[in-house]
Amino acid sequence: MEFAYALGVGFLTGAGVFLMLRGRTFPVILGLTLLSYAVNLFLFASGRLTINAAPILGTASEYTDPLPQALVLTAIVIGFAMTAFVLILAMRARADLGNDHVDGHLPPAQLSARAEQRRERREHS
Amino acid sequence: MMFQHVVILPILLPLLAGALMVIPAVSRNMVLQRRLGTVASVLAVVLAVWLLVLVDHNGTQAYAVGEWKPPFGILLVADRLATLLLLLTSVLLLAVQLFASAGEDERGRFFQPLLMFQVMGIQGAFLTGDIFNLFVFFEVLLIASYALLIHGGGKAKTAASLHYVILNLAGSALFLFALGILYGTFGTLNMADMQANAALIQNDDLYLAKVGALLLLVVFGLKAAMLPLHFWLPKAYAAAPAPVAALFAIMTKIGIYSLWRVHSAIFGEHAGALANVALPWLWPMAWLTLALGVVAVLASQSLRALAANLVIVSVGSLLLMVANPAQSTTAAGLYYLVHSTLATALIFLIAGLIMGQRGKSEDRFVRGRPLAHPRLLGGLFFIAALALIGMPPFSGFIGKALMLSAALDEGVAGWIWPPLLLSSLAALLVLSRAGSSIFWRSRGRAVPVTIDTRQLAGIGVLLVALVLMVVLAGWLTAFTDRAAADLLAGMQLVLPEGR
Repeated sequence: MEFAYALGVGFLTGAGVFLMLRGRTFPVILGLTLLSYAVNLFLFASGRLTINAAPILGTASEYTDPLPQALVLTAIVIGFAMTAFVLILAMRARADLGNDHVDGHLPPAQLSARAEQRRERREHS
Repeated sequence: MMFQHVVILPILLPLLAGALMVIPAVSRNMVLQRRLGTVASVLAVVLAVWLLVLVDHNGTQAYAVGEWKPPFGILLVADRLATLLLLLTSVLLLAVQLFASAGEDERGRFFQPLLMFQVMGIQGAFLTGDIFNLFVFFEVLLIASYALLIHGGGKAKTAASLHYVILNLAGSALFLFALGILYGTFGTLNMADMQANAALIQNDDLYLAKVGALLLLVVFGLKAAMLPLHFWLPKAYAAAPAPVAALFAIMTKIGIYSLWRVHSAIFGEHAGALANVALPWLWPMAWLTLALGVVAVLASQSLRALAANLVIVSVGSLLLMVANPAQSTTAAGLYYLVHSTLATALIFLIAGLIMGQRGKSEDRFVRGRPLAHPRLLGGLFFIAALALIGMPPFSGFIGKALMLSAALDEGVAGWIWPPLLLSSLAALLVLSRAGSSIFWRSRGRAVPVTIDTRQLAGIGVLLVALVLMVVLAGWLTAFTDRAAADLLAGMQLVLPEGR
């Protein structure tokens, strides 16, 4: 079980990092979301994985560590709020800057491609 | 005992003030809001002074929130380091609040409550004795800072905010990864317990703990603007409104504070196999941050960009002090931290005033419209420049002299003296150039602009604080010495007995 769990966390992290390195805001935000899922699972596992055990002392001989669960709960709430904020900010940036690139302007290659298209269109008409 | 609750008041006061301000009846009434803000800021300063005296006399005060004792509860710990920084934050709040009350707070909604919430997060980050709680307070101060950074709107602010927010979200994810690893190896996230347990970690856990510690170095390096992680800073600080940039002067210092708390105290020399685990990385990064900061200072084209690059220089100097953990270096760093926060805030506020009087030239170093108040602003700029460069009689001189002598005591003067002295020279050069362009190279006629007394009051608060740092330098250096000794010796927690 530990292996499958670790693989899941690793895959989510990898996908999150990959998406975060993209140039447009939407994939970046998706990447941040995936990364926060990975973080939550990771935090949950930091108290070690135990099956069929309640996070309560004294009710049974086996129990699981309740603290990571409290930490995850906090992390989920904060992550949710931050994602909502960054989404609104990305939409605001799209409106203010006229494009959805994280730097606020198109990369030079795309700019020149666009100028090329415009010139071709002009030549046609 | 009523006094036992005084430790949590620096968090509760801005929280309550901010909450009051968002009630519709108050939030629509700017005059009431500003008065409330000023009263809360003055109270915060009084409270911080009280707490500082209390802690200096009676030693570290621990407060178990809701009387949940550790290991279950969250501890607030007011030691000398934390209370000094609380005082610094509240003085800064008072200056910024007064300055912003002159009209900057009307350019967008909820400026005053956001200011309070941000300060609540900062005070909480300084007071907490639990490393997960540190994360929570980081998020509180960050979400307020996101909103403050974009206050007033505009293209430059939106673009800078986007970088700032995304980078900090990635930083938060790394922070949580690090916390998970550290909880898995230490079995606790209480700073005092971690300090006690650090030497007991063995075998495979050792590698995990090292990974956790170095991840935290990345996170705090991002907050402090350490070398490869500093790219967000100049843009964000130069785009922010003047009072917000002044308040942000303390944001990088929170990263430095966390480095002290975690890497100098928990992973300090008592940590057995984990002792000084971050130093091999911290050393070159600190040096390069300072060196690159000097280059960036020389290349600055506007007063705000110059001030932002001076922040990086001060961060580099402080990181060099963190990279040589000893009582003398930590004490010198602490004194310089307080000074550089105040001086940076001062230059940002002055830049705000200068921008308002030069029309389209704003604060760039070009020939522009002459200022309406050249004598007043020139005088203020001169004082701020002397303080930033580190010339006597201002506290910058004392701070730099303390750092130089601490480096000499530690036997690392050969590495630390050249960049530190060169950074002062660069600041001298560029600030002279800035001053002569802004005040002397002008054409056209000045347009009459009035300076609000509240703006001057805000600047006055910072000036008084800087002067007090010189007048009380003897007491203050003795205090920072004690604070550094406390920090490196580890937290000695004595919980007040419950009823």
